[in-house]
Amino acid sequence: MTTTEDVHALAFMTGDEFHIPTYRLLRQDGSLFEGADVPDLDQDQEKALRLYRAMLVTRVLDERMMAAQRQGRLSFYMQCTGEEAAVVGATAALDDADMIMAQYREQGALVYRGFTYDEFMNQLFGNELDYGKGRQMPIHYGSRKLHYMTISSPLATQIPQATGYAYGQKLAGEGHCTITFFGEGAASEGDFHAALNMAAVHEVPVIFFCRNNGYAISTPAHEQFAADGIAPRAFGYRMHVIRVDGNDVLAVYRATQAARTIAVEKNQPVLIEAMTYRLAAHSSSDDPSGYRSRKEEDAWREKDPILRMRRWLSGKGWWSDDEEKELQESLRREVLETMKRAEKRPPPPLDSLVTDVYADVTPALQRQLDALKQHIRRYPDDYPKGALSLDPGVRAEDVADKPADDDRGGA
Amino acid sequence: MPTMNMLQAINNALDIAMAEDERVICFGEDVGVFGGVFRATSHLQERYGKARCFNTPLVEQGIIGFANGLAAQGSVPVAEIQFADYIFPAFDQIVNETAKFRFRSGDLFNVGGLTIRTPYGGGISGGLYHSQSPEAYFAHTPGLKVVVPRNPYQAKGLLLASIRDPDPVLFFEPKRLYRASTGEVPEDDYQLPIGEAEVIKEGSDITLLGWGAQMEIIDRAVELAEKAGISCEVIDLRSILPWDEDTVVESVLKTGRLLISHEAPRTGGFAGEIAATIQERCFLYLESPIARVTGLDTPFPLTLEKEYLPDHLKVYEAIRASVEF
Repeated sequence: MTTTEDVHALAFMTGDEFHIPTYRLLRQDGSLFEGADVPDLDQDQEKALRLYRAMLVTRVLDERMMAAQRQGRLSFYMQCTGEEAAVVGATAALDDADMIMAQYREQGALVYRGFTYDEFMNQLFGNELDYGKGRQMPIHYGSRKLHYMTISSPLATQIPQATGYAYGQKLAGEGHCTITFFGEGAASEGDFHAALNMAAVHEVPVIFFCRNNGYAISTPAHEQFAADGIAPRAFGYRMHVIRVDGNDVLAVYRATQAARTIAVEKNQPVLIEAMTYRLAAHSSSDDPSGYRSRKEEDAWREKDPILRMRRWLSGKGWWSDDEEKELQESLRREVLETMKRAEKRPPPPLDSLVTDVYADVTPALQRQLDALKQHIRRYPDDYPKGALSLDPGVRAEDVADKPADDDRGGA
Repeated sequence: MPTMNMLQAINNALDIAMAEDERVICFGEDVGVFGGVFRATSHLQERYGKARCFNTPLVEQGIIGFANGLAAQGSVPVAEIQFADYIFPAFDQIVNETAKFRFRSGDLFNVGGLTIRTPYGGGISGGLYHSQSPEAYFAHTPGLKVVVPRNPYQAKGLLLASIRDPDPVLFFEPKRLYRASTGEVPEDDYQLPIGEAEVIKEGSDITLLGWGAQMEIIDRAVELAEKAGISCEVIDLRSILPWDEDTVVESVLKTGRLLISHEAPRTGGFAGEIAATIQERCFLYLESPIARVTGLDTPFPLTLEKEYLPDHLKVYEAIRASVEF
């Protein structure tokens, strides 16, 4: 709907009229800002600890698995480090049955919903227990039972999909919504525009959650857009919008909770921009020292979202240093144990190459699989993973890429 | 049995699908109250409400991205792209997302409910961007099904099958025939199989293979060839992906000659795939080179459209050349 009034003096607008403040509740020392509205989390120790634990589990997983990648035990890895409060805080504000459609740096959301270390490891190592059947690169998780859509690499494609998914939820009338996470770089893709415009026009219960962490690989945000971040774009779509401190778990939680109410009760979309910082490298294939300073990273390390929440919890008497130490140690042990288990598991069977392309294997695909099997039988030593499922007599240990018994993971 | 044109048959199929299953949802540019620029979705909004038949903003990647999400949720979206020429903004959503959804998730999620309808093909003075036949781009994409009907009866039966198929289907509608092609169409619900070719006419000297609007051109060429004493076997491929190799092989083993014709440009066109496969499987039976009668390797022109198109005379000459080889 377009409404306008007349003016008769020439005046351009530039976009500088739009300034969006940052919503913050928690200081870095763990105390609340004066006048901060306190979320229900302040009275809910169980939930606060579930949230904190998920952030810590994510941190430990990321540190250990990046080390494992450096040892060559894993082909690829991406950390959520520095963004745990944004991702886990938002997830905690949702109903556990709401759909999450993420980009790839949101493993914390899965942790919060109960994805186990074993489930993570099976995907990372692409073994026979991986739900994705070893087809995608590490960190491309998915879980149907936890309502977490399988990750895909093409950036921003999930954003209009979230709009469509949420439209279906609206028609189903069960009171659920969809949240979609994406980075500020992905927001430059055309799919971002398509998704927000369609969501506003069709009144869809979807939350667009942008992790503005300052960088898209090496590209700083000021080379990504000229405007004041992502949030002001919401005005162009006539959409509810809020910018939050992404390292402030209480602000993220409270904002997402309110966004969910708008989405589910009014069937209107909401844009949340969480200002944060990608503390780790973009991925295991990236070295940030080539494009940003140590000093800048250190400044943000001071704003660690996990530390901030821990101080808040300690101040309330809900968490102690001993409990922290004990949990960290047990989590590290658990990561290593589950990693060893996952590494030793056999790969998915050869037949899984051609299943799920379609609901049923087509005759042409069956012919291709048969020809491949014949070929592998001729050269079994050259295709050890494939040969394993043709000859179950071969032991899994004989084909695992890197048998690993040592603990050099670092922390 | 009522007589319908192709648009009426398509509209009838959508009506049946929406009446039967409330999860079926039709959307795209101008498909709402207006009923589509070709009227394929006439009266559907009136009958099933604005929530199930609606206009979208003008954004093809959004339409298909939205459709992918809706299908993943469990709905049965039937998305319309106004012209096949404008499907390319959605190419990423179709090729990287739609086609790979089930495979990449290990079947945790799928978009099998999705059908994408789009008018394709030339012969209507459409110039570069209202004439294209992009099926070969999608034929190179495992995970998609690609279907092209040739007449109203087929359009209804294949569209109903596409909507109910467990895999995502791209449904290309020959717009030149939307109103030009009429025929008897049962009012009842029926389906035609996806992935199966149809032998329309049996013959012994040469196999002629095509799909969609090109079948009408082939039929006219066959009339000329039969007058010249050449017995033609005519096959409508119907499904480009997966395609029915066995039916074509069986025919070529009998006739020893194959001519494939499509409107799309020659290089990288789907005839190339068919020719290579038949050469592998029928090598000792072929009595002449496999012939391809196609569009030129140029963008689709306006003024010289008649010269560009692989018409019945070009097909007829290729039949003669093959038989006389």
